[in-house]
Parts: sequence; C-alpha cells; structure tokens
Amino acid sequence: MPLVTATDVVEIIEPKRQGPRGPGKPPRGFGGGGNGGGSGDSPARQRAYVTGMTVALGGILMFFMALVSAYIVRKGAGADWRALIVPKILWVNTAILVISSFTLSRSRRDFLRNDLQSFRHWWYVTTALGFLFLIGQLIAWRQLANAGVYLASNPSSSFFYVFTAAHGLHILGGLAALLAVAFHKGRRLTLATSSNVVAMYWHFMDGLWVFLFLLLTLGR
Amino acid sequence: MSSHAHSAPHAMPAPTGFISKYVFSLDHKVIGIQYFLLALVAVCLGIVLSVLMRFHLVWPSAHLPFVTGGLMTPEQYLALVTMHGTIMVFFVLTTAPQSGFGNYFLPIQIGAADMAFPRLNMLSFWTTFLAFVAIVAAFFVPGGSPISGWTAYPPLSGLGQVTGPGEGWGQTMWIISIALFCGASLMGALNFIATIIDLRAPGMTLMRMPLTCWGWFVTAILGLLAFGVLLAAGVLLLLDRSAGTSFFVPASEVVTDTLLNHKGGSPILWQHLFWFFGHPEVYIAILPGMGVASHLLSTFSRKPIYGYRAMAYAMCGIGFLGFMVWGHHMFISGMSPYSGFAFSVLTMAIGVPSAIKTFNWLGTLWNGKIQFTSPMLFALGFVSLFISGGLSGLFLAQPAVDNRLHATYYVVAHFHLVMGVAAIFGIFGATYFWFPKMFGRMMSEPLGKLHFWITFAGAYCIFMPMHFIGIAGAIRRYADASGVQYLPQFQPVHKFMTIAAFITAAGQLIFLWNFFWSLKHGAKASDNPWHATTLEWATATPPPHDNFGGNYPSVYRGPYEFSVPGAAEDYIPQNLAPQEVARSK
Repeated sequence: MPLVTATDVVEIIEPKRQGPRGPGKPPRGFGGGGNGGGSGDSPARQRAYVTGMTVALGGILMFFMALVSAYIVRKGAGADWRALIVPKILWVNTAILVISSFTLSRSRRDFLRNDLQSFRHWWYVTTALGFLFLIGQLIAWRQLANAGVYLASNPSSSFFYVFTAAHGLHILGGLAALLAVAFHKGRRLTLATSSNVVAMYWHFMDGLWVFLFLLLTLGR
Repeated sequence: MSSHAHSAPHAMPAPTGFISKYVFSLDHKVIGIQYFLLALVAVCLGIVLSVLMRFHLVWPSAHLPFVTGGLMTPEQYLALVTMHGTIMVFFVLTTAPQSGFGNYFLPIQIGAADMAFPRLNMLSFWTTFLAFVAIVAAFFVPGGSPISGWTAYPPLSGLGQVTGPGEGWGQTMWIISIALFCGASLMGALNFIATIIDLRAPGMTLMRMPLTCWGWFVTAILGLLAFGVLLAAGVLLLLDRSAGTSFFVPASEVVTDTLLNHKGGSPILWQHLFWFFGHPEVYIAILPGMGVASHLLSTFSRKPIYGYRAMAYAMCGIGFLGFMVWGHHMFISGMSPYSGFAFSVLTMAIGVPSAIKTFNWLGTLWNGKIQFTSPMLFALGFVSLFISGGLSGLFLAQPAVDNRLHATYYVVAHFHLVMGVAAIFGIFGATYFWFPKMFGRMMSEPLGKLHFWITFAGAYCIFMPMHFIGIAGAIRRYADASGVQYLPQFQPVHKFMTIAAFITAAGQLIFLWNFFWSLKHGAKASDNPWHATTLEWATATPPPHDNFGGNYPSVYRGPYEFSVPGAAEDYIPQNLAPQEVARSK
C-alpha cells in the first residue's frame, strides 16, 4: 500500500478509542496496573486482599439476606408463628459487640499513627470483647433452652437459633482472624493490610448483628 | 514479547515434588486442569445416566443386569433424573467453563502470574472434589440416590425416608454435596473478581479484556450473589429433615398413612430461594460459553468482534436481569397474576441483550475470512443452539403458555438446548481452541470435525422432537408411558430420540480418543498456532510456572485486532508496542 505512510499506519492501528494517552504509552489499568502476581507485599496484591474482603462480605450478606427473607415470608405464611421474646442478655451482648467496633477503630487509628503498642492493646481488648459476646450468646441459648424453647419449638425459635448460630460462627471466624493478626508473623500480608481487612470484617459482623437484633426484637 | 516487558516475581515459588506440583497445587493452570478433569469424569457419568433414562423410556420392561430384581422401578428412574440433573448442572456446566477454563486462562489473558489467592484457589478445588465425592456417594448409601430432582422441592425432599427410598440418606448426601459446592463456588467467585479487579497488566483496561474474561467476570459476580442463597436454603432444608423444624414442610402432612409432626411451613418458600439461585445458575452455565463463542468467532473470522462494548454490556445486562426473573420457574405455583406478569415482562426483556449478542455474532461473521476449524465449528454450533433453545424461552415466558407446557417435554427441550448443549458446545470449542496451549500439542482436526457433526446433528435429533411431543402433551418425569392412555402414541418419537441419544453419546468417544491420543501423539503446537491476539498466545507453550517467564507483558490495544488495514500480518497481538507492528509494503 504505497499511499500509506508510516505515521498513517500508527494512526490506523492505534485508533483513539484504544487509549486516551496516545500510542506507545499503555494507560494504567483500572486497578492501576498490578504486575500480575507481584511479590507478597506488592501494592496490587495488598489491594487484592481489600477487594477480596469486600467481595466476600457481599457473598456473606446474600447468605444472611436469604435467611432474612425466609424469616419474613415464613412469618407471614403459617398461622403457627408465635412471637419469641428474646432473652434480656441480648441487649448486653449487642452493647458489647458495638463497643468492640469502637475499640477496633481506636486500635486501627493507633496503628495508622504508628503507635504499635496502643494498637496491640486495643486489638486485644477487641478480641476479648468478641469472646465475651460469644459467651453471652451461649448464655442466651441456655436461658431459652431452660425455658423450654428449642430449635424446633416454633418457627420463630427456629429462626432465632439459625440466625444466632450462623452469626456466631462468623464471629468465631472473626475471632480466629483477630488472633491471627495479634500473633502476626508477616509473610504474605503486611500488618496494615491484614488489620485493615479483619477490621472490615469485624465492623460488618457488628452491623449485621445490630440488624438481626432489630429484626428479632422489632420484627418478631 | 514486547520490549516494554517488565518483571515481577511470582507470588509462589515453583513447586518441586509430585504432590505439590500435581495434587495440592497452588498453580492456577494445574488447578484449572484438575477442574477440567473432574468435569470430564462427571460428564461421562452424567451421559451414562441419561442414556439409561432414554433406554428405560423406550423399553420399560427390559431386564437390566445391575438393577436389583432386573426391572427399573419408577423411583429408580427418578433417581436417575435427579442425579443426571445435579451432576450435569453443578459438576459439569458450572465446573468446566468457569472453574476449569477460567482458572487456567483468566490470569494469563489479563497478564497476571496467578490468581489473587492461590491457596484459596486450591481450597476451592478440593472442596468441589469433596462435593463430587459426596454426590457420587449418594448412589451407594442405604436407599440409594434421591428422587426429588435437581431442584429438590419439599415436601418430597424435606421428610426423609418415608417419602421414598432415596429420600433418607441419599437426600442428605445431596444437601451436603450441594452445600460444599456452594462454599467452593463462593471462594472461587471471590478469587475471580479480586483477580480481575486488581491484577490486570499495565494497559489492560476493562474495555481491553478479551470477552472470555468478561464472561468469567460476570459469571463470578452471579456466583457470588447466588450460591450464598442456595447455601442458606440448604441449611434450612437440612434442619427440616434432621432437626424437626418446619421452614418448608407444611402442616398435617400425611405420607403413607402416617401423620407427620410438622407445622405450617411453606414449600413455595423453598422454590423462591432455590430459583433465586437457580435462574442465575443457568447464566453461570452459559455466560462463559458466550465469552468463548465471541472469542472464537472473531479469531476464526479474522475480524474484530462486532460491537465489543455492546457485547460486554450485554453480558452485564443478562447477568443483572438474571436476578429478577426467578419467578418464571414458578408460574404454576399459584402466584398472583400481577407477579406473573412482572416476571414475564422481565423475562422477555432478557431477549434484548440476548438478541444484541446474537446479531453481533452474525455481524462478526459477515464478510469474514472464515476458517472452519474444529473450535470455530463448535462456536458456530453454540450460536445455532443458543438461538434454537433461546426462542422457545420466549414462549415459556408467557404464564398462560407455561401453565400448559410446564410439566411437559417442551421445557426439557428448551433448557437442554439453551443451557445444556449450548454450554457444552462452548466447552468443546474452548477445549479444541486451548488444548495446544495447555498441552503443547494439537488435537486432530478431522476427528474434531467428525465429533462436531455427530454431536451437532445428534443434539438436534434428540431435542427438536421433544418440543413437538411436549406441545402434544407428553408429560416429563414419567418413568413409563405405557400405563397412560394418550402417551403411547409418542413412543415412536421417543424411540427416535433414544437412538439419536445412543449415537450422540457414542460420538463422544471420538472426543475422548482425540483428547487422550493427542496428549501424547498430537502434532507439536507452536506458541501461537491460531494466529490469535490475546496474551495467552504471547507466552510459551505450555506456559511456564509464572505464565510469562518473568517478562510480564504490557497491553497496547483491544483483544480483537484482526485484519487491521496497513499492518503486514492479519492480527496484532495485544502486547505488541505500536513501533513493533510490522507494516505492509
């Protein structure tokens, strides 16, 4: 094609729509051009953990929303639904979990201020509060069982046990993660990333519990 | 390889021992092949089950050596229906195109060294493997496999042994298997999404991703949002069965003269939860196939894909609408006509992005220099089957029509063509296309073409007549038509379909032979045998442990730059810098 000059070819094979920065310079990807893998602490890889946690929380949310919609539908479906009066200790447990979110925020703030000692201190406090919450939930189960309210007693009690058990298992996982960060050895994740994603998870579980608690008390 | 290549160390060191290299591997390529082989075993099993069903429909009184007593009972037939559906939907259509090929090629196509979370990736595979072991174990537990279909509707599935031989242990194994599968799929989906968002090579914008990656991306999002719902439903069903709760099982249920102690549960609730998962699931099966078909049609027409952006957005649109139409599986459940109308309109709306894709595929072919290779034939077959199977969906989307057709073979024909066979054609196309990259050798082209024509003609011979007997009133799920007055008239058609099924199933042996023979004896493949443009063809064959041998590519253009005017070659790889592109003289 004698009529086409070299510059024309570049124009033809690098049309404008392919990149705003002109030919020769690859624009950065949406994710900023991670080098595909990178070493353990490359920025792209650390970002992937945050993305992964965000995405995972989306999946967990769908799991709980399926249960919640089942709760609403089942409540309206049968004449056999009897409202469940939740044990009083649930108020205390809820307060403990909400406080643990504040101590966790404090811990993260200290980490970002590079005050590692205070970071660890508040991190341990959060972990302890998490355990306290779980113990409180177990006490609530005991109280219900002592009152003769079991899993199969009524659909409302079935849902109560399912919600608290599913959430409790997620809290248990969160506690394992909190402990893993507390005894952090730092191989693949930096402490900044691991404390960040665990905090995301914990706050989410806190918010989710508050929602479930409101559903179980106001929506009974 | 581009001169702009730069290096990045791989996250995981190359493994040395056999176990860490091939069994508990962290390498996405090995995991992809593991998923593929798992699906291959599952599909062979699934085909055997379907052949048994077809045999029984035509010769219901034939003595079978492996059945106790020689005669197949209606319950055993329903067990075949259940296990065929479950194995095919979960362990073939969900496993091969997404987890298999997606795992192998997604990281390479976006220029990454591996998935974002290799350990999680390994965990997903082995959890899927356990799920498969659990579902196969359902054949061998007391009472045998469940009889409630792949949809496991309660009350049949919720009451235990009393409702049927497979409803004790078999149904429990089914729920355990599906719960494990949900967990594995959630982990996989998370990994795919994080990988696509964060690990793309420099220059690989979302709008420069191959359409295969778009398919895997949208599928991963669907999986993430859908499998959690099925998991929740499965937990509740398990509690109904084993803990005496009444989520789904209605009150005063009398089975074989026994009054069961359940309160007013809602079987319809299960249907809602199941189909909220179940409808996106059919797109989980077909979207990767759409990506592969687009990719192959462009490559073998030597033309850019027609309307790249429209194709990507159409996939997103299909995924989005896919979450709003689950009710069309439940038109006969007695739902309000207003709900039925809404579900109907939304279902038909999916016809719009589907039509966009179809016309763009045809537009891609238009005036192309078409090369009829085996992968291309399967891509063309995919388009054909997608249209044939998709159009009947528009009829079924009408509640009034569905009421008439729902329990007939018409529905069987519809979903087999559009999500079963079409998705399988996507898998076959992908296999013939990527086999050289994965194993370093070419598959036999003559055998591939023979395999295509037998499968293509066979699929239509099996499923086209089903539409007609369905319209005429042939009820599905009946094990034996001879006892129903108006059903025997369809037997000649059934016989035709059964013989077609035998031939089509036998035709798959050609594929198996071609696959395993070519592993050892196929012609050596070059790095880029199809003259394709995407990044997997820019690296060695088969790719090294870190995919690019340390030279990570940069991306300069879209994925389908074929027959660019002024360029010497009829394709320009994505990683070729503009100054390196050879010009025609």
